[in-house]
Amino acid sequence: MSTDTIVRLPDQATARIPRVNFISKENGILSWLLTGDHKRIATLYLISITFFFAVGGALAGLIRLELLTPQSDLMAADTYNKVFSMHGIIMVFLFLVPSVPATLGNFLMPLMIGAKDLALPKINLLSWYLYIIAGCMMLWTMMTGGVDTGWTFTVPLSTHYVNTNVITAGLAVFVAGFSSVFTGLNFIVTIHKMRAPGMTWFRLPLFVWSNYAASILMVLGTPVLAITLVLIVLERAFGIGVFDPAKGGDPILFQHLFWFYSHPAVYIMILPGMGVISEVVSTFSRKRVFGYTAVAFSSVAIAVFAFFVWEHHMFIMGVSNYSTLVFSLLTMLVAVPSAIKIFNWSFTLYKGSITFETPMLYAFGFMGLFTIGGLTGVFLASSGTDIHLTETYFIVAHFHFVMVGGMLMAFLSGIHFWWPKWTGRMYPEKISQLAALFTFIGFNFTFFPQFILGTLGMPRRYAAYPPEFQVLNVFSTAGATILGIGYLLPILYLTWSLKYGEIAGPNPWQATGLEWQIQSPPLTENFSEIPIVDHDAYDYEWLERKEREVTSVG
Amino acid sequence: MSDSTVTVPGAHAAHEHPPYQRHHFESMEQQVDATNFAMWLFLLTEIMFFGGLFCSYLIFRNWYYPAFVEASHQLNIFWGTLNTAVLITSSFTMAMGVWSAEMRKKGALVFCLVLTFLLGLVFLGIKYIEYHEKWEKHHVPGFHYSMKSFTDPASDPEVFNEYHDKPLLPDMARHTEIYFGLYFAMTGMHALHMIIGISILGFMIFRARAGAYTTGHITFVENFGLYWHFVDIIWIFLYPLLYLISRHT
Amino acid sequence: MDYISRVLWQFLEHWLQNFPLFPPEASTIAPQMDALFFFMVLVSLIGLTIVVLLIFGFSILYSKKRHPVAVQIEGSTLLEATWTIIPLGLFLIMFVWGSLIYFRVYTPPANAMNIYVVGKQWMWKAEHPGGQHEIDALHIPVNKPIQLTLISQDVFHSFSIPAFRVKREAIPGRYTTVWFEATQVGSYHLFCTQYCGTNHSAMIGTVYVMTPEDYQKWLAGSTSGMSLAQNGERLFASLSCNACHNGRPDARGPSLANVYGSTLALANGQPVRVDEAYLREAILNPSDHVTQGYSPIMPTYQGQISEDGVISLVEYIKTLNSNYRVEQTLNTTALLPESEGKATTAPQKSAAPSAKQGMVKQ
Repeated sequence: MSTDTIVRLPDQATARIPRVNFISKENGILSWLLTGDHKRIATLYLISITFFFAVGGALAGLIRLELLTPQSDLMAADTYNKVFSMHGIIMVFLFLVPSVPATLGNFLMPLMIGAKDLALPKINLLSWYLYIIAGCMMLWTMMTGGVDTGWTFTVPLSTHYVNTNVITAGLAVFVAGFSSVFTGLNFIVTIHKMRAPGMTWFRLPLFVWSNYAASILMVLGTPVLAITLVLIVLERAFGIGVFDPAKGGDPILFQHLFWFYSHPAVYIMILPGMGVISEVVSTFSRKRVFGYTAVAFSSVAIAVFAFFVWEHHMFIMGVSNYSTLVFSLLTMLVAVPSAIKIFNWSFTLYKGSITFETPMLYAFGFMGLFTIGGLTGVFLASSGTDIHLTETYFIVAHFHFVMVGGMLMAFLSGIHFWWPKWTGRMYPEKISQLAALFTFIGFNFTFFPQFILGTLGMPRRYAAYPPEFQVLNVFSTAGATILGIGYLLPILYLTWSLKYGEIAGPNPWQATGLEWQIQSPPLTENFSEIPIVDHDAYDYEWLERKEREVTSVG
Repeated sequence: MSDSTVTVPGAHAAHEHPPYQRHHFESMEQQVDATNFAMWLFLLTEIMFFGGLFCSYLIFRNWYYPAFVEASHQLNIFWGTLNTAVLITSSFTMAMGVWSAEMRKKGALVFCLVLTFLLGLVFLGIKYIEYHEKWEKHHVPGFHYSMKSFTDPASDPEVFNEYHDKPLLPDMARHTEIYFGLYFAMTGMHALHMIIGISILGFMIFRARAGAYTTGHITFVENFGLYWHFVDIIWIFLYPLLYLISRHT
Repeated sequence: MDYISRVLWQFLEHWLQNFPLFPPEASTIAPQMDALFFFMVLVSLIGLTIVVLLIFGFSILYSKKRHPVAVQIEGSTLLEATWTIIPLGLFLIMFVWGSLIYFRVYTPPANAMNIYVVGKQWMWKAEHPGGQHEIDALHIPVNKPIQLTLISQDVFHSFSIPAFRVKREAIPGRYTTVWFEATQVGSYHLFCTQYCGTNHSAMIGTVYVMTPEDYQKWLAGSTSGMSLAQNGERLFASLSCNACHNGRPDARGPSLANVYGSTLALANGQPVRVDEAYLREAILNPSDHVTQGYSPIMPTYQGQISEDGVISLVEYIKTLNSNYRVEQTLNTTALLPESEGKATTAPQKSAAPSAKQGMVKQ
């Protein structure tokens, strides 16, 4: 690792956090709980999401502990079923879906486009309250016995055969869904209607493009999940019969309705992360993202194609062979834009001037791990190999590679990258690089053996397994321990940095975005004067000119 | 909330914008544009929301047509048609309300809003009558659902005299429960949206009387009008699908 | 050098055998699927290597120390086209190849022997045509195509034999099928892979692939005396199916002789192919499946008969050929409750031919 860094901090002896900023502007708990300021709402989200991540992570720890031994000896099979179900539900709906959009997206969107706030601040606050309500309902579900249907609520198991809190869990997800819809709605309106003068679509940072694409998915896909959950609740409570074969209903209808949302959901989860990577790779190679237009369009292409591939979750469920043909082909098509992005980011490094601060390390981790995760998705998109690999640990490994190795790393990359803007302080570089390394190593040890387990045939959602699978499971649990440390460290040192971190100044990374041209932390109204944009995104020459201007005038 | 004073670049030196312009917007035009767009987008999400129900309904109606036809005969065409007329009229009164707001006629606006409110209540009242009838006849899934009206149509003279349905065998008759399940889900979801709309109308009447919407800032009324028309359109789809299955020449 | 490579080879072999990376290839489709799998692994390795080399290579070559001034490059349409078309091409190859395998796995050959598998919480019940029943196990002969007809009695289950590379969901309310031909004698895991509740991880068993002789021995040893078709015959009588489906010209229900495999015209004009799924539907949802020329008067047997019973009936109906009316009155009258206590030699006489017919699908 080069010790060269692009970090430029103000003189620490004299630097201070700006006296007036969005955090210091008003005091008192009500000024936070009734705020319309997108940055405060983003902060509220960040705290709540971290809490639920910790809950979901603890559940993951329990899973890995149980799987150390082939027998179901740590907990009863029923308990294990509840643990993995709650892990999935919390991680998907209360962590991954809102992670980047509700925290970084909320914080940065208006800053990046030169607006004073999102279009609908009250809706933004409502969105956070809905999230909190959903979270409380979920905690209630857990405390009163949990739910053991898996996060996929498969019928008729969830409607007719379990005695657990399916209805409360379903309603909690319903509420969380509306939180998501309102966030997406806000983003779309803001991006369409509140860009600063001169900020054309093709001058937008790629983070905005990615969140825009994800918002389309949120807005159009989530309502379908909502109605599916309503139907489950009605079926379970009143036996309306839509999913009950005895009454002429069809459980496969549930599968179609559920996956119609849940497939776009995975792109809701990954696209904002990809936006973060674009920003980080550009900044730490001092270069415009290679193929800006291609990356922008590929985000939208992913969003569009995302709606047409849901049946690939149902290849072995007795659907028509010809429908499988169609959906397998479409799934192959949706893989291509992601591949395009990986290459574009790689080539952004070409002839750049690269440094290896923590956000860049996480971004590299993302690129490698998402490549593996994405390619294994192709294994599953091909219907022939899907027969052998589906419903095994191969699937578990695949989605953890893209979600954890991909999305979670992108989230951490973004948090570190914008931490100085958000708090005015730098995080400690050395320990954060160590944490990134821990995460990367721990992740690979945890999830790579699971590809092999899946290929060998070990099914997913098994509390007990045949003894020959034990060695790989032990590897996996060992890796999880390291991974856990990798996730614990940032929580600790980021909290530490709030008081003891170095003062960052407005632009410690010498980045080009509009958000870096204002103070850290920003004013409540973001810009004292709405900027007029006359340059493209990632215009490092513009940045240089601006600095020369300032130094020559001053 | 937490905004401070803002200087808008340009010719204005002072804090100059209408009192109802939110501080994060640069101009009223931007605010109106943005909120309008937001409402249309929200309605799009509502289409996706109802879409799942409509999709399920269409699939089962296609599979179990005889059961769905006979089940639909249990719905009272008179009440259904009356409700359709009521809703369409209420959309008209709502549109007149928006026009009144644009024309800054406070009295007319309040009158139109009150009419819309009342028509909405009439709709819900009729819905209650219909639901009550279903309850009495044991056609509510989950509450002692009974297939007797379909396995033995003659036992239900009211409907039988009008349609003379053939008796269904039990394995076809049980599919009527799916029909009613979807009937209650779809009309119930619609009624929920009506209740939300009527509540907001109540709030609006109160604000309109205070003159909030007749000073040139009509966005709230206009956007609510969009919502109300949307709820009406959902009903216009529900009505033929649920009530008029077998009525075609 | 030679010696070292020999040792290395021995080590690899030993390691792979004791620490396998993929299950044994025990069916005809397994090597085909593995070939595609390895192709994908190869492509992924190459792809990953390219990406990692690009990242590492560029990071070293263009680190700030080495390359302090970045060169702003807009993009390259040629490169974009390259890394769009090449991955797309590779993915399309995988799509075509995979689809071929998929169609092969889910299109059973006509001469496959059919075994019914009923999944229920939390066990698998396999029913051989000769009436042998087994739980959480499946005995099959090697080198013969076997079709499994799956159904669930409650929730979704999924029948998976990793060594054969096959898997199929068992769904409540309809049959699904999968087929395979085992190539290696031995015993292999069978798993339920669709989460189905408390004892999902206990819903596992063993597939025993046997030589033809061993298989015959096993068949003889585990028979319950009645083949599926015979059991179906018994049910046909006890449920009074022959009251309407008796093959007489004035019968209220259509004759079932040779109906299996034929194309039937339904009352609504639609032609339909009569397979196991149709027969099951016709028994459980008769109002939807009325044959042209007959009135919709058949009552449903939903609730009166288990999936096992339906399977037996379907197997019986498959054996019916011309003029079974006469055979029927000879064979099944004795089984009717009314004739309890009367002579029962007739059924045993016809047991052998029925059993032979029931076992192998013609």
